[in-house]
Amino acid sequence: MIRHALSTRLWHWINAASVIVLFMSGLTISNAHRYLYWGDVGSSPAEAWASVMRFPDWMTIPGRYDLAEARDWHNISAWVFALALLVFWITIIANRHFVRDLWASAKEWHPRAILGAARKHLKGDFDHGKADSGSRYGVLQRIAYGLVLGVMLPLMVFTGLAISPGIEPAAPWLVDMLGGRQSARSIHFITAFAILGFFAVHLVMVLLTRPLRQIAMMLHGRER
Amino acid sequence: MSSAPIKRRTALAGIAALATGACTKIADSETGRSLASMSENWHLRAHRALAGKQALAPEYTKSDLSPSFRGNGTVTIGDPVYQTQLANGFPGWRLEVRGLVDRPLSLSMDELRALPQRTQITRHDCVEGWSAIGEWAGPQLSEVLDKAGVQESANFILFRCADTLYGSDYYESVDMVDAYHPQTIIAHLMNGEPIPEKNGAPLRMRIERQLGYKHAKYLTAIEAVASLDDIEGGNGGFWEDRGYQWYAGI
Repeated sequence: MIRHALSTRLWHWINAASVIVLFMSGLTISNAHRYLYWGDVGSSPAEAWASVMRFPDWMTIPGRYDLAEARDWHNISAWVFALALLVFWITIIANRHFVRDLWASAKEWHPRAILGAARKHLKGDFDHGKADSGSRYGVLQRIAYGLVLGVMLPLMVFTGLAISPGIEPAAPWLVDMLGGRQSARSIHFITAFAILGFFAVHLVMVLLTRPLRQIAMMLHGRER
Repeated sequence: MSSAPIKRRTALAGIAALATGACTKIADSETGRSLASMSENWHLRAHRALAGKQALAPEYTKSDLSPSFRGNGTVTIGDPVYQTQLANGFPGWRLEVRGLVDRPLSLSMDELRALPQRTQITRHDCVEGWSAIGEWAGPQLSEVLDKAGVQESANFILFRCADTLYGSDYYESVDMVDAYHPQTIIAHLMNGEPIPEKNGAPLRMRIERQLGYKHAKYLTAIEAVASLDDIEGGNGGFWEDRGYQWYAGI
């Protein structure tokens, strides 16, 4: 059975806590201006590609509309989130956790293999194929973790930086690459909900596969 | 049994605490506030280390100008004296330069227009999230500060405004780095015309590397000060006194 490295366990919980605070304070920030735009600019509903719902107080940090306080929460936890992610990336490259367990090779991306794995998942068989790939994880797990760790979480950092007017003089290319400040803001929003989607599936999978044991293993690395 | 259940309970309690408004208690605490200002300070230092103190905000072309430039906060001033001035093109408007300066000044609109001018097409980012591009023209703040001779003891430049919000005078401040930044100008033109009332007529600061609330509108005076502590709420700006970050580059 899987024994998680201390670095993995630490990062997992630091990341979970900071992402929850970032997401909930982000909803307050979204409530400040509920329209999303593509390109550099946008300031009115007529220019928007999307009008977002007003998120209710029970979903937000703080639990009432307070943009100033939400920005404090967001700006503090952004440091925790981004630095933890950076350190974790360095660690999993150095200890080969990434290459050994998370990297999905081109062959594994084969549609038939993925469909086959998905079909087995739907039947409730979550343990197939792990032994023969040499990884602790099945192909769907590796793709999901790879996308979250390699694409979504870093994208939150980069789009967040691109929205900050104080960063743009240092890295105008970053804002250009993302298609302008308002595009970066839209991608920031979309990716936040993609991460929420991962979080939901992740929780369901844990609940379906002996949740107490899974949580214990992520806490102290042993089964009991 | 190991200690896992206790840890689990701790973790769950932590998550529950997040959901029950404990956040506000943390944010209002001494620790919460000092953590927030520490984090704000790190952002400021990181931005300046990465970009250099004089790095410019991106500038755009006339084809990028937003067709309508949104007004936020105060968009009209009820004072009849202001309204008469507005109707007549601000013939009697004066900009005071005072505080820790060798030569206090009182500049007319014509005197400001006679100074060397900088024109820049920049993007304005509101703390709420929206952006608009406008062309701004006016003398650099550094030009005016050098004319007045800022004293060594000055650490901040304060902007006083003609408008009030919720019964308090609007004001703002920047440190000397942003005060002497080349794109920090005292704008009197927007898109080639006198600035409209909703956008801050007749004078508006441009602090291009920070969010919109730093760009003080309806400017009446510029003050060089050593500290922000004893001014209004003591946090260096109208919104800062209401919990917003003094460094608005994030």
